[in-house]
Amino acid sequence: MSARLTETTWLDAHCEVTFAELASLSGLAEAELRELVEYGALAPNDPRATQWTFSGECVVLARAAQRLRESFDLDPNALSLAVGLLERIRALEAELRELRAQLPRRVR
Amino acid sequence: MAGKHGRRVKLSSTPNAGCSVSYGLEMKYKDYYAILGVERNADADAIKKAYRKLAHKYHPDVSKDPQGEAKFKDVAEAYATLKDTEKRAAYDQLGKHAPGENFRPPPDWGRQFGDSHAFEGIDLSDLFEHFAGHGRGAGARRAHMPIPGQDYEGAAHISLEDAYRGATVDLELNVSELDERGLMRRVPRSFKVRIPKGATDGQRLRLRGKGGKGLNGGPDGDLYMNIALHPHALFRASGHDLYLDLPLAPWEAVLGATVQVPTLGGTVELKVPPGTQAGQKLRLANRGLPKPHQGAGDLYAIAQIAVPGIVSDKERALYRELAASASFNPRGHFEEEVKHERQTH
Repeated sequence: MSARLTETTWLDAHCEVTFAELASLSGLAEAELRELVEYGALAPNDPRATQWTFSGECVVLARAAQRLRESFDLDPNALSLAVGLLERIRALEAELRELRAQLPRRVR
Repeated sequence: MAGKHGRRVKLSSTPNAGCSVSYGLEMKYKDYYAILGVERNADADAIKKAYRKLAHKYHPDVSKDPQGEAKFKDVAEAYATLKDTEKRAAYDQLGKHAPGENFRPPPDWGRQFGDSHAFEGIDLSDLFEHFAGHGRGAGARRAHMPIPGQDYEGAAHISLEDAYRGATVDLELNVSELDERGLMRRVPRSFKVRIPKGATDGQRLRLRGKGGKGLNGGPDGDLYMNIALHPHALFRASGHDLYLDLPLAPWEAVLGATVQVPTLGGTVELKVPPGTQAGQKLRLANRGLPKPHQGAGDLYAIAQIAVPGIVSDKERALYRELAASASFNPRGHFEEEVKHERQTH
């Protein structure tokens, strides 16, 4: 059992992956990813670019999409809807967390 | 994953977390029918319906149940076996045992359904995960095809101090791997991970190649860590910003004061301006969590007017003197607001 120091990568807006990398990391086929982009569930950094790239946040989303497709047998349309709703929930939860953080502790 | 730097952590991970590993072919029994809540003679439709109902409830991407992920693993494992006719028949041949009971498959089970000697130190989920196609040439295909290693996901719980300074943690992970002969093995993996400073709640880290081992030139899987911040006694985090309640004595709020304020980087002095109201936010720039690439969030001290619970006779006399001479009416707007409402409605 080795214990060498492992470096890590943040999956955030500063991390950039190619289309092929996104497919490989998420386990989704490129055709499925293209449909998720078409339906607006995933956004390339520059949709007009000839070679799409995506932020690290898209890796998290695409992996969630793969799990949902696998677990619920969703077609691309339903999958896009589910991913879009999950993303809205995530944004609302972040907003709620921010508002809660501003409440004095005794009235929370 | 909390406490001092360099601690040893057993990462809860998916898939195959919470393994009930035993030796040889003895393993702990799981009642897949009971997990799905169906009868042993349930048809495929009933099994699918029961699975979907439970998946809606416990799937980690949709459930808020803290135990949801663990429950979903059992549900998914049960469904993966029972939806497949061949696997279900093989499972049924194992007989019925009490959940958690150690058991061995019948002597002829391996010959009938696959190579039982191909599994050591595994659990029931491993057995059926790699069951498909035994005796149908899949093993031979597997011997030549590049097979990517399994990805794993897990939560890393860290303190706010760790997020501020960065931390090195020791991870222990049990992964199921196929060796070069295609035999299934449980392998303990241990490595040090540097969590860079600037982590926020819910952020994801990718550890390339730290998942299951790839075969025949297939890439090793990755390990994904979901950062979860422990609640802090003083600070509340929102992204990289921090919030702190700042209790002020009534006279400090009225007259202004210079007060000592704790931050994650040490105590600093904060000037409270005269006339500070309860709920007012005083910003300490760049005193929040560092951002991974540059800069830092802010720390907001939220003013609260604290009233002493016990006052001396002298203090009470002074408050009475103040009350008698003060012209301030904190409810002065009530009357005007009521009048305004009556005029507009």
